[in-house]
Amino acid sequence: MPSAPNSFRTGPDERGHFGIFGGRYVAETLMPLILDLEKAYSEAKADPQFQGELKYLLAQYAGRPSPLYFARRLTEKLGGAKIYLKRDELNHTGSHKINNVLGQVLLAKRMGKTRVIAETGAGQHGVATATACALFDIPCVVFMGSVDVERQAPNVARMKMLGAEVRPVTAGASTLKDAMNEALRDWVATCENTFYCIGTVAGPHPYPAMVRDFQCVIGEEVRKQMMEAEGRLPDTLVACIGGGSNAMGLFHPFLDDPGVRIVGVEAAGRGLDTEEHAASLTGGRPGVLHGNRTYLLQDKEGQITEAHSISAGLDYPGIGPEHSWLKEMGRVEYVSATDDEAVEAFQFLCKLEGIIPALESSHGLAHAMRLAPTLPKDNLLVLNLSGRGDKDVPQIAERLGIKI
Amino acid sequence: MSRPESRITKRFAQLKADKRAGLVTYITAGDPDAEISYQILKGLPGAGADLIELGMPFTDPMADGPSIQLAGQRALKAGMTVEKTFDMVRRFRKETGDNDTPILLMGYYNLVYQRGPEKFCKDAAAAGVDGFILVDLPPEEADELKPHASANGLDTVLLTAPTTDDARLPAVLKFASGFVYFVSVLGITGTKSATEEAVRTHVERIKRHTKLPVGVGFGIRTPEQAAAVARHADAAVVGTAIIDHVKAGLDDKGRAKPELVPGVFAYIKALVDGVRGVRKA
Repeated sequence: MPSAPNSFRTGPDERGHFGIFGGRYVAETLMPLILDLEKAYSEAKADPQFQGELKYLLAQYAGRPSPLYFARRLTEKLGGAKIYLKRDELNHTGSHKINNVLGQVLLAKRMGKTRVIAETGAGQHGVATATACALFDIPCVVFMGSVDVERQAPNVARMKMLGAEVRPVTAGASTLKDAMNEALRDWVATCENTFYCIGTVAGPHPYPAMVRDFQCVIGEEVRKQMMEAEGRLPDTLVACIGGGSNAMGLFHPFLDDPGVRIVGVEAAGRGLDTEEHAASLTGGRPGVLHGNRTYLLQDKEGQITEAHSISAGLDYPGIGPEHSWLKEMGRVEYVSATDDEAVEAFQFLCKLEGIIPALESSHGLAHAMRLAPTLPKDNLLVLNLSGRGDKDVPQIAERLGIKI
Repeated sequence: MSRPESRITKRFAQLKADKRAGLVTYITAGDPDAEISYQILKGLPGAGADLIELGMPFTDPMADGPSIQLAGQRALKAGMTVEKTFDMVRRFRKETGDNDTPILLMGYYNLVYQRGPEKFCKDAAAAGVDGFILVDLPPEEADELKPHASANGLDTVLLTAPTTDDARLPAVLKFASGFVYFVSVLGITGTKSATEEAVRTHVERIKRHTKLPVGVGFGIRTPEQAAAVARHADAAVVGTAIIDHVKAGLDDKGRAKPELVPGVFAYIKALVDGVRGVRKA
């Protein structure tokens, strides 16, 4: 393991690398555009007017800060750590995705781009992007694997109602990875007027750092809210990970607090001992895809293998490069939860707290439920409830035999 | 910098002496299967190809249009691997005795990275490969590969695009050897075509920055388009249109019909007539 740096929060370097991870592995056509974006973002980041506008939108449009809710019944039932839920599912559009999208679409507008594209898995990022594009009156095209179009039908309808065009992608396994390939193909052809709004902390530099910065509002709020509630920092943070943006948003502001234990939960699908999972950190190894070097599910030669998860938002064979680095540095623990465990956790939270969580967030919850009983009662555990489960209702109903 | 003995450098010197532009042909290794693909490879120089690009099939070819995506899927389904791609080149050098026609591997960096850049370069050179075109490896990330490529006498052909402006060109050209590949349109392979005027302007611009030959690709389908490119560039690169002829030679079960291989060569010969019809100064 590489020696620990003075801070875990200074990355990436000027070339977009977190250790050996990250970087800019894109076609030359896109390279100048990526460099432009990097420049435009660093200017916007330092511009009080941009930050002020974003802050206003996050508060008055998206509904931030999201509450930090002490889940009393959940805590009592599990009989261990004191569990707080970071209620990012209460944001406008129903997930943490809006935090990032408002930032990126503001930036697109500032850069004079006249069209926005996005990839989506569960449709949460697609809905958030369609929403921001409606607000800013920018045409929006969302690429979505045809399998996901099927299993996340409510979100497809929402995107269409918001005025976005949804393009089903039938290549490969027709899920998130393929949607991202297709978005990149569109972008190469349209880069002069089009802004690619990536939904997670992955892709070529500066996306992993930029999306992280926009999502850090989650962790920054938790710091403040926990100080108000308990007079100290939390002890344990738990979040689910597909690409890893909600997790990075919660984790990053705490990386330099050595007393805070941080746990990311990948999707183990039908089990890590099968080939049907999406746990790239646990079951993969470093490789290059979608503009960055990171842990990937792949065969011996480097062909990318298909991920599997019941949750469309976690069904991706890669992960954000900064997570890969944090794994190698040993700062964050990465574990996993299966489809079945996630569905069980989903039902548990519905009945115990009256909250219907997204299937993605249910993976984080499943691990929190395993972890909490092993921790002392004064251990303050924060679970990021990154999305609400409305979109999953038809899928879960079918699985549980509920007629709708 | 290119070594004087590189097959690519020699081939472009010969083309210059012959006062004509070259034709670079792309095929996907293993499409539709290893044997037919080899039959095509073997016959390319005879059909008039001056340089050969051999695509390494990859599951996620994010810079390729539907034709080359599907070709990659056919090849992977038929069991194509990097090792078998090297075998194809080795067999070509041995069976044909052709020690002059340059063969470049084209593809995506993950396949190189998984083998290890050093081992990949050694194995490729030993098989008779002359260089690489790696679509998702811009100069910013090329320092991991470049020393091993140079040490093994392999050229790194870098891509330039209409978006690569004068300020950026030197940074790209610093890592380029063999020739410079100008991607003539904004977009993925096989979708749209540049105007002759655009090709002329960009080739002249690139040549102000480098003495390397310039090949132009993306969107060249007809002998007329190939001729138009040949008037301004040192080589025309054709890929998707060749792959489309491979596909046209498949039956409804995806098996090669007897006319597949001759069909591909007939098409290439027409392109050759287009390119060779242009006399250069």
